[in-house]
Amino acid sequence: MSQFFNALVSKGFFGKRIRNGVHMFSLILFVVVIVCSVSNLLVPEQSIFYVSTYTITLLGKYLCFALLALSVDVVWGYCGVLSLGHGAFFALGGYGMGMYLMRQVGDRGVYGNPDLPDFMVFLDWTELPWYWFGMDQFWFAIAMAIFIPGLLAFVFGWLAFRSRVTGVYLSIMTQALTYALMLAFFRNEMGFGGNNGLTDFKEILHFDLQSNETRVGLFFLSALVLIIALLLSQKIMKSRFGRVVISIRDGESRARFLGYVTDHYKVALFVYSAVLAAFAGVLYVPQVGIINPSEFSPINSIEVVVWVAVGGRGTLYGAAVGALLVNYAKTKFTAVLPDGWLFALGALFVGVTLYLPNGIVGFFEQRISFLKGDSSRELDSFEVKDKKSVSEVEV
Amino acid sequence: MSENYGQRGLWRRDRVWSFLEPRAREVDVSRNVILYIEGVTVNFDGFKALNDLNLYINDGELRCLIGANGAGKTTLMDVITGKTQCNQGSVYFGQTINLLEHSEPEIARLGIGRKFQKPTVFEVHTVYENLELSLKTYKGVWYTLSAKLSMEEMDYIDEVLNIIGLEKHRYQVAGALSHGEKQWLEIGMLLAAEPRLLLIDEPVAGMTPQETERTAELLTSLAGDHTVVVVEHDMEFVRSIARTVTVLHQGSVLAEGSMEAIQNNPDVIEVYLGDQP
Repeated sequence: MSQFFNALVSKGFFGKRIRNGVHMFSLILFVVVIVCSVSNLLVPEQSIFYVSTYTITLLGKYLCFALLALSVDVVWGYCGVLSLGHGAFFALGGYGMGMYLMRQVGDRGVYGNPDLPDFMVFLDWTELPWYWFGMDQFWFAIAMAIFIPGLLAFVFGWLAFRSRVTGVYLSIMTQALTYALMLAFFRNEMGFGGNNGLTDFKEILHFDLQSNETRVGLFFLSALVLIIALLLSQKIMKSRFGRVVISIRDGESRARFLGYVTDHYKVALFVYSAVLAAFAGVLYVPQVGIINPSEFSPINSIEVVVWVAVGGRGTLYGAAVGALLVNYAKTKFTAVLPDGWLFALGALFVGVTLYLPNGIVGFFEQRISFLKGDSSRELDSFEVKDKKSVSEVEV
Repeated sequence: MSENYGQRGLWRRDRVWSFLEPRAREVDVSRNVILYIEGVTVNFDGFKALNDLNLYINDGELRCLIGANGAGKTTLMDVITGKTQCNQGSVYFGQTINLLEHSEPEIARLGIGRKFQKPTVFEVHTVYENLELSLKTYKGVWYTLSAKLSMEEMDYIDEVLNIIGLEKHRYQVAGALSHGEKQWLEIGMLLAAEPRLLLIDEPVAGMTPQETERTAELLTSLAGDHTVVVVEHDMEFVRSIARTVTVLHQGSVLAEGSMEAIQNNPDVIEVYLGDQP
């Protein structure tokens, strides 16, 4: 197991350079989203070109997952920091949004209390806890939903990276982080709805959450945020900052001896990544209509890592592709064989690790450059080396 | 280290309190010595990797360190570059800079470059990018987000490429270079950082004779402008470049002098060849 882990964390595994698939992917995504939106809003329901609202919401959810996968790829693919706790930042962002949506319910809840959410009335709370104040303001709630995960990532990253915790140990710590948060949020005394979480939302910014228009709007917004995040991440990774980050991944002590304070770079990147994950959570919650502590569960975060591995590490858009594909497969698979999904996921992960070390995107990029014949030989030699190192480790 | 600080750092009358001095500053070589290593002991769970070691390196000289495996050569480099804390002793860079108070990146920015035993270049970056990352410039997070190469920096990179003889490979991925080329690239990366002191660990291990010869030329040409300390096993190579050789044995200096004197030194002969009739 630990050898398998090492294979994942080891540097020989990455080695993809940035190509411009990001622009292509963003363009395709944009077109698809426009087409879907138009087909939902303007095409009559009987037409075969009609896209149901259910599909729109489902796709919107996938796009949030794609953004989450992107956030993991930024730290894992480029800096070699395998975080198994990014679900925590996602869920915290989601809770921030959930708190806002809860306050928007107002006196339309089951108990009709204008200030207190239903679960607080149910628990006989008489007044709003201090950390709920201001969450009825949209801008404040969003600011908090982004700031709190960012702050957590900063504190966690500062402590972990300064003490030079790396590799498997760091992964275990991130997992412990999200697990601890899950246990905390399960408690009713925390004031976040305990086991049931936050749900029964009515409207966002006075738009009805159930209406087609709002759902398409949220779907469109998710796509837009994903595209912006992709382009921004690409810009960052193509700057000298990005090159330093890759250098830290491949030779941290070398980077240190060149005069880079590597902890600062890692913390900065980790915070950026956590903010992306938080945005994903913020967009996710109004679309699925619920946020509960199970979002913190370590298995969710591990799934994200699988998406990234399937799509292709260190390519940015590969993570998004992986998230979309795996989630589509999950939706189809769980409809047929609900209990088998985790086995399928595990098999997928092992299969991809063994046979597609650069993920789906990496595989196709390789084929394309091979067909073009203009490929740099150097990269090919890397692939060979990758395969060798993986099989050696597996044996 | 704290004891050391109290006795020597704070109460030395010839020196301003160290915390009053700026942390990054020019190295003061007015006494012609660039590196003072005095009484350094490193203790790894009872094993003394360095044992009361004293070594002085002059500004601009090319010094070779030799010694058997476990003599403490690499540990000494670790101590100088801030990777390993020493239990006793002091390490000064020039007259004023106490290296023991600085972290690895700070020491690198003060002007000490280090080449590892195994060639360590960033394999997925091109040769050019490797040199760009090594340039002597700001290394902060915010600066690198928007950093662009200036004309002078480009010229300097070209100059370094010229010195290490990799002009033709400038846009090649560093991972595709041969072993010897990687070693040169790493030396080039040190040069790009414009260091005062270069610490080079086994530069010719695994090189062909031709490559070794070129490396020898490269290192001798660097001495003078830079101070170069080379750790090496290959005696032929040491003979071809060395002016002064220091022999380490069991964590302390056994002998120091010209290559000829070293070879005739009875202590060295005994350690290297055992008891001879």
